[in-house]
Amino acid sequence: MSPEEKQSVVNCRQLVKRFGDLCAVNGISFNVPKGICFGILGPNGAGKTTTLRMLLGQSPRSGGALEVFGEDIDSARKRIRQRTGIVPQADNLDPDFTVAENLAMYGSYFRLDHQTVQKRIPELLSMVELLARADDRIGTLSGGMKRRLTLARALINDPDLLVLDEPTTGLDPQARHMIWSLVHKLKRDGRTILLTTHYMEEAERLCDELIIVDSGRLIAQGSPNALIAEHCESDVLEIRGLTHELDQKGLAQNFRWELSGDSAYLYSDDSHALLEYAASHNEATALHRKTGLEDVFLRLTGRGLRG
Amino acid sequence: MKRYRPPRLRLEALAVWRRNALVWRRLMAASLLLHFGEPLLYLLGIGYGLGRFVGEIDGMAYFTFLASGFIAWSAMNVASMESMWSVYTRMVPQQTYEAILATPAEVDDIVMGELLWCGTKSLVSGSAILAVAALLGAVHDWTALLAIPVIFLTGLCFAAPGLIVTAYARAYEYFNFYMTLFMTPMFILCGVFYPISTLPGPMQTVVQFLPLTHAVAIIRPLVVGAPVENFWLHLGALVLFGTICAWVAAILVRRRLIQ
Repeated sequence: MSPEEKQSVVNCRQLVKRFGDLCAVNGISFNVPKGICFGILGPNGAGKTTTLRMLLGQSPRSGGALEVFGEDIDSARKRIRQRTGIVPQADNLDPDFTVAENLAMYGSYFRLDHQTVQKRIPELLSMVELLARADDRIGTLSGGMKRRLTLARALINDPDLLVLDEPTTGLDPQARHMIWSLVHKLKRDGRTILLTTHYMEEAERLCDELIIVDSGRLIAQGSPNALIAEHCESDVLEIRGLTHELDQKGLAQNFRWELSGDSAYLYSDDSHALLEYAASHNEATALHRKTGLEDVFLRLTGRGLRG
Repeated sequence: MKRYRPPRLRLEALAVWRRNALVWRRLMAASLLLHFGEPLLYLLGIGYGLGRFVGEIDGMAYFTFLASGFIAWSAMNVASMESMWSVYTRMVPQQTYEAILATPAEVDDIVMGELLWCGTKSLVSGSAILAVAALLGAVHDWTALLAIPVIFLTGLCFAAPGLIVTAYARAYEYFNFYMTLFMTPMFILCGVFYPISTLPGPMQTVVQFLPLTHAVAIIRPLVVGAPVENFWLHLGALVLFGTICAWVAAILVRRRLIQ
């Protein structure tokens, strides 16, 4: 094991998961170093959640090696979970209890002592700004509040590794920004964070390093900036609301371009050329911007819709 | 193979038990009303009403006969309901187990915690009927208190097959099969309403393979204060049935929850 792997919180090699004939995860390998925010990106059904479930020992793997905190998940599942917090994709707060009781109950599954839990509950609730709702039932909370409470619940055992499965899906911008700032804070505290997301803006903001998976395979790996530099030109001209055929031949000489619905995307490292094209062609709406992770993602996984 | 080994009892199971107990405590008034009110009405209506025509059975007033049968039946019924409807609710719509399985608790803790909880609910309801029966003068001996652990055991015994059904269930309607094919026949045939000695010969053999028969056979004499005939045989039958079902339930619930 290399020194780098020794410092890694999660280390998996050639991870495989089959459900009957379906191969949901097909030989994925990656390392999550201690203290970073690591992203797993991919279209719906790419195998992100299945990968997370295997990492937590909630789903036995069909093949490969998997270590968390340097221990095999099969033999050390209990010790690993004791140090891990999870925010699942779907809310599974306990509707039979209040906000504060949910945290207390969760602490009891970790067999934390009563005093520790009672001390942590107000700290965690004030961190996610739910202290005023401590005695309210779960049913009275909004979607954003539930998500924040789930995050607080995941921290009840003061975990070293925090796993967030699509933490901001379905949230309004305010709630999303709040979750982002919490993730930053948790990272500053020295926790390792593993997250999946569909939102490229979120991945660019939060992740130090990420992998992109598609159909159970790993197709790219690196920091957001490195991935953009590696897979995309620096600039893109987005032309929306096309009303006539583009001069495809003329375009192809100067730019790499993609067509999607009534929009065209022209990629180039030469921003002047893109702006000149926009000026000379007077197209419906042309928007020039720097390329981002979304362009990389769409280039690598294609523009077709997923199941 | 880990997935086929018998379930282990660990302290985390008590956390699962405690979760259910705390939810129950919140709705305790309604629950106790049901546990005390229903048997009171049944016993007064059927026990006294029908008892006047029946007179004595097996040397005891029909009211006493019925009350002791009801205790066993209630233990079965309450544990079955809890292990099917309530467990399914926690497993599927509420996803409570999914949340628990993200902690150091394991499927075995859920299985054992739920079994213990079902047994506890049976204990409450069976003891409530015993108390009602005592107040109405149907209990004649302190040996009736010995029935209480048997009520708990009966609850455990019937919670286990309930979990098996739940492990297969895709909707609440699935439980109707088990209710109609297994629970209702036991309610009618296993000696709750009349002695099994009045059944036709072959049926008497058949009911020996139904666990409620053995629960009634222990609980009734204890309530009345009579010696329990073939105590170890009946107890052994209950323990054997419960143990096998709990083992199978653990295997099936693991398969359902860990995929």
